[in-house]
Amino acid sequence: MKDFPLIFERSVPGRRGFGLPEPDVPPRPLEEMLPAHLLRTQPPALPEVSELDVIRHYTRLSHRNFSIDEGFYPLGSCTMKYNPKLHEEVARFPGFSRLHPYTPEELVQGALQLLWELGEELRELSGMDAVTFQPAAGAHGELVGLLMVRAYFESRGERRTRVIVPDSAHGTNPATAAMVGYEVVTVRSDARGNLDLGALEGELDERTAALMLTNPNTLGLFEEQVDRIAERVHAVGAQMYLDGANFNAMVGITRPGDQGFDVMHMNLHKTFSTPHGGGGPGAGVVAVKSHLEPFLPVPVVVREGDRYRLDFDRPHSVGRVRAFYGNFANLVRAYAYIRTLGAEGLRAVAEHAVLHANYLRVRLAPYYDIPYDRVCKHEFVASGVRQKRRSGVTTRDIAKRLLDYGFHAPTVYFPLIVEEAIMVEPTETESLQTLEEFVQAMVAINRECETDPETVRTAPHTTPVGRLDEVRAARHPDLRWRPAT
Amino acid sequence: MYPEDYRYSTEHEWAKREDGKVRVGITRFAADRLTDVVYVELPQVGSQVRYMHPFGVVESVKAASELYAPVSGRVVEVNERLRDHPELVNQDPHGEGWMIVVEMSDPSELDRLMDAQAYRQHIGEA
Repeated sequence: MKDFPLIFERSVPGRRGFGLPEPDVPPRPLEEMLPAHLLRTQPPALPEVSELDVIRHYTRLSHRNFSIDEGFYPLGSCTMKYNPKLHEEVARFPGFSRLHPYTPEELVQGALQLLWELGEELRELSGMDAVTFQPAAGAHGELVGLLMVRAYFESRGERRTRVIVPDSAHGTNPATAAMVGYEVVTVRSDARGNLDLGALEGELDERTAALMLTNPNTLGLFEEQVDRIAERVHAVGAQMYLDGANFNAMVGITRPGDQGFDVMHMNLHKTFSTPHGGGGPGAGVVAVKSHLEPFLPVPVVVREGDRYRLDFDRPHSVGRVRAFYGNFANLVRAYAYIRTLGAEGLRAVAEHAVLHANYLRVRLAPYYDIPYDRVCKHEFVASGVRQKRRSGVTTRDIAKRLLDYGFHAPTVYFPLIVEEAIMVEPTETESLQTLEEFVQAMVAINRECETDPETVRTAPHTTPVGRLDEVRAARHPDLRWRPAT
Repeated sequence: MYPEDYRYSTEHEWAKREDGKVRVGITRFAADRLTDVVYVELPQVGSQVRYMHPFGVVESVKAASELYAPVSGRVVEVNERLRDHPELVNQDPHGEGWMIVVEMSDPSELDRLMDAQAYRQHIGEA
């Protein structure tokens, strides 16, 4: 007996979850309507189950999931952060949720006004001049941003071939640059966890199209020399691209536009409370300085007097990058978030996120190595090297053991430049009590590494399934259910 | 642990001279750090590789890392066994887990690589 049968294994021949009435048109045999080679000779092996079977199966399955509504997720905004329920309700207002994308402009003035006002808010918060809502997620935003950079240089008759990324960058940065056709040049980080300015200068020349920088970077550290970096990059005529994944650490406090960035993307799920996980739908707004504005994707929302319209007549545009107007319902949530919190509230979000991360960093420092131990922003990177040397327990084991303590695991083994990395982003919404409970769990696990390493190495022990064989899953993926023969 | 007749790159590739050719793989140190290798992406026979430029990718359950060519030249052989048996990289990184054989265009590049003793120092195992 399997611990938890698949829906296919619940199948009983002949069982149905629905009944259809007789058709009120004369039936025609399928053979008359479809060519023979498109017709099945046997029905597909779909599960035959009742409605209640389906409801119970998936509801029980959902109980085995871990969610932000039940417990702490130190993975942080990358993957899971709490989004106020109010904005979910707003996004479901029928006036928004039942809009058809082909509704004439004059009948959707409210929706267009919302987009335009959200654009104004994001312009102000980012210090940039213009925005597009089209990209469907952050990595898509990167692609659109670099396409615009390429179009910009082409419009000037310049051919630039290289994009520079730091060794601490998100993997999407080099992937994006390669996809747009650039050669990727990696520059190392220095001992303080900043981009190494000397190494950058060694690579910068008139072949460089852009530097893709994350600020605060993936170590959770503010790039202390960002103004000097921007100066050097601009001196060779290249563009400053901000991977705005960590914008939530500085929103309301400092603005990318003022730091010298020319183009950036914002992950609305990280900074503006839109849904996480599950592969979307996302929203990767791209904001640019005025010299890149002509290249924005179409359409762009414009205001004329007190009317709003979609502008498709943009001859220098990189074109369409997404059906219709992006993921509109997410933009409604972001708008609601910004309007609910206001300027001071948004600043408080960043301040709390930073305070919480620093609290955990300082509390955990006696027990875990902190390779770049300085004031961090919204996240910090610890390391399990000490535990690995002492008792052979790895970061993966520690992460798995955390599940037994009722916490989700943090990001592990990223950024790549930190050995046995444990990256913790508590986010702004957690209470001091929750943070302290997490500290106590991490301290207890550190103790277990000494006293009972086997328990840690074989964790988790209390979850619906134990340690999964990731190696076998990756080497011999078995992606399709087949009936037992 | 690290064969004396091999040369080593700072990015943890080894190069073993076989007449005018060089056999290339990753070191025990790199294989251990990666943990279980699940996939190795290698170039095609006949393609060109450049000194300390990426020629492939090695993927473990932990991370995906680029492979850097310790010498420039033309790829004349690729370890096809790694396609179905990536675990060879962990089991025998300096032998059965080899990745490509390169016909060198500039044999002097070998002198720019480290010998075994320098490499052991580089990884703090001297």
